[in-house]
This record gives sequence, C-alpha cells and structure tokens, in this order.
Amino acid sequence: MTSAVSFQKVSRHFGNVRAVDMVDLDIVPGEFFAMLGPSGSGKTTCLRLIAGFEQPTSGSISIFGERAEGVPPYRRNVNTVFQDYALFPHLNVLDNVAYGLMVRGVGKPERQKAAEEALSLVRLPGYGARRPSQLSGGQRQRVALARALVNQPKVLLLDEPLGALDLKLRENMQEELKSLQKALGITFVFVTHDQGEALSMADRVAVFNDGKIMQIGTPEDIYQRPKTRFVADFVGSSNVLPPDFVQRYSGQHRWGSLRPESIRIGRSAKGDGVAARLVSTNYLGATTRLALDADGLRLHAIVPAGATLPKEGEAVVLTFNRDHLHLMDEPA
Amino acid sequence: MSFEVAIPTRVAPAILPGSGGLRSALSDLFWRKPKLLLLLMLLPPVLWLGIVYIGSLFALLLQSFFSIDEFSGLINRQFTLKTYGDLLQAANLDIILRTVTMAALVTFASAIIALPIAYYAARYARGRWKALFYLGIMLPLWSSYLVKIYAWKLILAKEGILTWLLAKLHLLWLLDGWLSLPIVGGNSLSVSSTGTFIVFVYVWLPFMILPVQAALERVPGNLVEASSDLGASPGQTFRNVLFPLALPGIVAGSIFTFSLTLGDYIIPQIIGTSRLFIGQAVYSQQGTAGNIPLAAAFTVVPIVIMGFYLWGAKRMGAFDAL
Repeated sequence: MTSAVSFQKVSRHFGNVRAVDMVDLDIVPGEFFAMLGPSGSGKTTCLRLIAGFEQPTSGSISIFGERAEGVPPYRRNVNTVFQDYALFPHLNVLDNVAYGLMVRGVGKPERQKAAEEALSLVRLPGYGARRPSQLSGGQRQRVALARALVNQPKVLLLDEPLGALDLKLRENMQEELKSLQKALGITFVFVTHDQGEALSMADRVAVFNDGKIMQIGTPEDIYQRPKTRFVADFVGSSNVLPPDFVQRYSGQHRWGSLRPESIRIGRSAKGDGVAARLVSTNYLGATTRLALDADGLRLHAIVPAGATLPKEGEAVVLTFNRDHLHLMDEPA
Repeated sequence: MSFEVAIPTRVAPAILPGSGGLRSALSDLFWRKPKLLLLLMLLPPVLWLGIVYIGSLFALLLQSFFSIDEFSGLINRQFTLKTYGDLLQAANLDIILRTVTMAALVTFASAIIALPIAYYAARYARGRWKALFYLGIMLPLWSSYLVKIYAWKLILAKEGILTWLLAKLHLLWLLDGWLSLPIVGGNSLSVSSTGTFIVFVYVWLPFMILPVQAALERVPGNLVEASSDLGASPGQTFRNVLFPLALPGIVAGSIFTFSLTLGDYIIPQIIGTSRLFIGQAVYSQQGTAGNIPLAAAFTVVPIVIMGFYLWGAKRMGAFDAL
C-alpha cells in the first residue's frame, strides 16, 4: 500500500542548523499520526515540509506516491491547521471556511453550502456571519479546522492546534478531533510537545529530538518500551536507570527504564527492596507523586491518592515487579 | 529540603511614607485622580485644535458665503451663494476637473509604486536593510521642497539628463511621440502635464509608502502561508489577502497624496503647463485678484472632495481591517 506521506532520508538545514536530519518516515493512509518532541526538535519543520512551506535540503518526500519536492503548497491536496489558526481577519467565518473553495473557482451558493456543512461538522452552525475577532480561542480553533476540512484534503496537518486552549477545552477537543478523524477517515498528522496529548490521540507516535526521529511506534510501545533514555525521560517521565543498577536486577549491563507507577513503597525490607529516602510528595488529585533518593539515584513514584505515606525525609524501601523493568536498546 | 543560604530579612514598614513636598503631593493626587492629569495634558492641544485650527477653517467657510462687489472690489458681508455660482463657471470647473484628475492619477501611480517597496520592507527587510529602507524613504523629505522641484525642472528640461539619456539609448522618438500627444504633451517634459505628474508622484511617494508598509507589517506572515495552503496561487493570495489587508494603508496614504496634490500650488507653477490647478487659483484669487470669497470657495472644493472620498472609502470597507 502506498504511504500517505513518505520521507526518504529527508534533511532540512537552515545555515548550520540541521532542523531535520536524515529522517525516514512512512505515514499510513487513514491513521492519526503524532509527531512528538521538545521545541526545536524538528517536528514542526517536518510538518512544514509536508505542507510545502519548506523544501528539503536533500532527500525525497512523496505524498500518496507522488513526488512532492518543488511542488508549491497551493498544488498540494494537503491542508494545515495553524498553531495560531491564521484566520483571515478581513473575512467573516463563512468566507474564511469557503476560502479554499473560492480560490478553486467553486460557485458561491455551492461553496457557502459546503462551508455551512463544515461549520456544522465542528459544531459551530450559524456562526458564519461573525468575524474571527468575535470568537473565543476554542471557536477559532474549530473554524480553522472547518476551513481545512472543507477542502477534503488527503492529509490534514495540525500544528499544535490545542496549545492555546485551556485544559478543559483541550481535553474536549482531543476527544472531538479523535472521533472526527475516525469518522472522516482522513490521515491526520499532529504535531505536539505534549506527551499526554500524543499518547491519548494518536494511532502511532514519532518521538523527535535534535532533528532526528528517536522512535516510532504505537503509544503503548513508546510508553512501555522506550528505546532510548531520551524517549523514556520525555514521554511520561520514566525513571531512567543506569546500567549498574539494572545489572543487579536483570543481570544485563544496559540502561533501563521503570514507570513511576510500577514502584511500590514499603517501610521494611522484604527480600531485595531498594533502600531510599522520601524527598518530597506532590499531591496531584487522583495520585500522589513521590520524589525519592536511592543512594544518589533520583527516582519518582506515583501512588494512588489516599495511601498512607511516610513523612518526607523518612527512610523507605522500594519494590517493583522485575517484569516491569524495561531494558533499553541504547548501549551502556 | 532546607535552604542553606538565608535571605536577610529587611525591616521595612508595610506602607512607605511619602517623600514630602509639593511634587510628592502632586504625584499622589494624579495617581488618585488619573483623569485630572489627562485633562491637564489634553487641554492645550484641544484649545489649539478647537480654536485656532478648526476656528480658522470655519472662518474660511464663512468667507465663501460672502461675495465681492465687482465694481468696488469690496467684500460684501452678506450671506449669498453667488460666489459658489461663480465657482461653477466653465473656466473654474475646468481647473477643478484638472486638479482632481491629476490628484487621482498621482494617487494611483503612488499606490502602484509603493506596494512592492512596502511589501519588501514589511516582509523581508531586517536590521540594516530596514534602516536603509527608512533612510531611503525619508531622505528626500529632509531636503527643501523647492530645491527638489527645481532639480526636477533641470532633469526634465529639454537640455536635461533625461533627454540626454534617452538620446543615448536611441529612444528619443518615444519621448517625442509622447510629447506630441495632446493634454499630456508639450514642448519638453518640464513644461508638460506629464512633468507635473512625475514630480507630484516623486514628492508625495513617501507619504504612500510609509502607511502601506505599516499596514503590511501588521499582516501576520502565516496568513500568506494559510492562503497558499488552501490552494491560492500567489496572484490569488495578493488579491484576496494581501491587498485587502493593505487597503487601509493605501487609503491612509492616498489621503495624503490626494489631498496634498489637490492643494499644492508650487509644483504646477514651476513644472508644467500654464493651465491652473486649484492651489494656484486660490493663490491668485486671494492675492492678485483680491477675491477672498472665491478663494475660500475654491478651498472648500478639496475639503468636500476629501469628505466624499473618505465616505466612499469607508463604504467600500477600506477601514474594516483596522
């Protein structure tokens, strides 16, 4: 099957900066693909390469099997939802949504009908006559989404579209985007620096760092079986364990990772627990996050709220299921 | 966890005492009553604008409703529309039409020349290039208006550099052909309407470039990307996004170029034909002819035209993107 988007050894350099460095990538048609990474990791540049705003310094990009180098954005059947929405301030909502159809020469009644339908799809029916400046952030976001979807793109690119929304709205939009994508069957490529967002929405996640992809996999893969220290640390803040520590429990001299929720806290040593000291506790609502010091090694544990906890500064013993200790590929 | 470095605690009262004196008392007063300060700051300019500026404009309007006694040359201070009747004579209408046409052409040409320059400055020029842009635009404004116009007279004269250059390029036939046309032509560029037009555009161009640049500067770059992303070719992006968003700047600039051309009396006097423009008519009516009412009536023309112009621009939605 042809990939929706395919990168082969794609690089994009800005002067000496390798924003994207020899990236290989295949996005399956109809999937919800997330590009996750810290700022400056190259994920947004990758998105812009797909949209056509940037051209690769080297390598080749194809969209549904067709070569895309040198093809301007307006000849790509790919649409973008911009981070700050980029709605046209001089047009009302309906004309904003109908813009793509208008420049393609679709007649006025037809494109306005399509725009109305797109607005209904994002649950903003009847908002057509308003100006973008009269809308809230969440509404603008929906208009930007409708404006992209009305063109029925082969690939929809979303550049941190939820970044400017408050938490409650963001959670709602996450669910909505996910169900919208399922209903429409359009390939979504979603850029975010929020690991929770990437894990909860995407079918597959690519973790970026320094212009390279560190790991591509399902959210579960990325979360449970990180391949490198960076991925373990960046995606959901796993405990990264040094090879010497790992060798004691698994017999292999390799870097390991341990999810914070896999650690149990006890008061007395039963068997081979790890002696540690409780440094601080952070109440997070449903859970409590503990910072621990195991002979110089900083560890985090997450326990359900309501558990009786030792006081800060007290000595504790940590135990965990050996199966939960994940060995990473990264050489020691 | 404990901090090893202790922050020294300062002994200070929760409310600081005033420093005393009139200044401190005034500062406190203005802080408590901010509107008082605003009033004090605005009073002098409002008085100036209200009395000296608007007041004299009103006096001028009043004058246009007086008339002149044709035998004694004295001003008859009785309200009448006779002066406006005089204004509508064919010779005077000719002057108005000529001036308005010139102002419209100058404005149109300025907008066309200004757009690419302003676009470059707003979108691409950074740092040193931006400074150079501002310097290039403003530099002509630093030198005397008269010197610039006389310099242009030399450039456009029959013996001038332009004719010489065109002769070197074997393009003199082009200039001669143009000058042989009626209305725009003449003996040389410096005594033709074309010459007047060129110098008007040169002199007022900065007043068009700067507002257009300011308008384009405020257009976020990603709007251009969004338009392209939605399938618009560069031409369509210009028509549907950049131009509408630059329009308030163009209108602001055109207010300058249009009204300055309507009122100017020096450029058409030095460069161009002997046919009058509104400014020259005002000048000769209030000076040589001593017909202050007619001069005032002529002055009302640009005010009325600009009023209609702004009204039309507003209706066209030129200020919607503000």
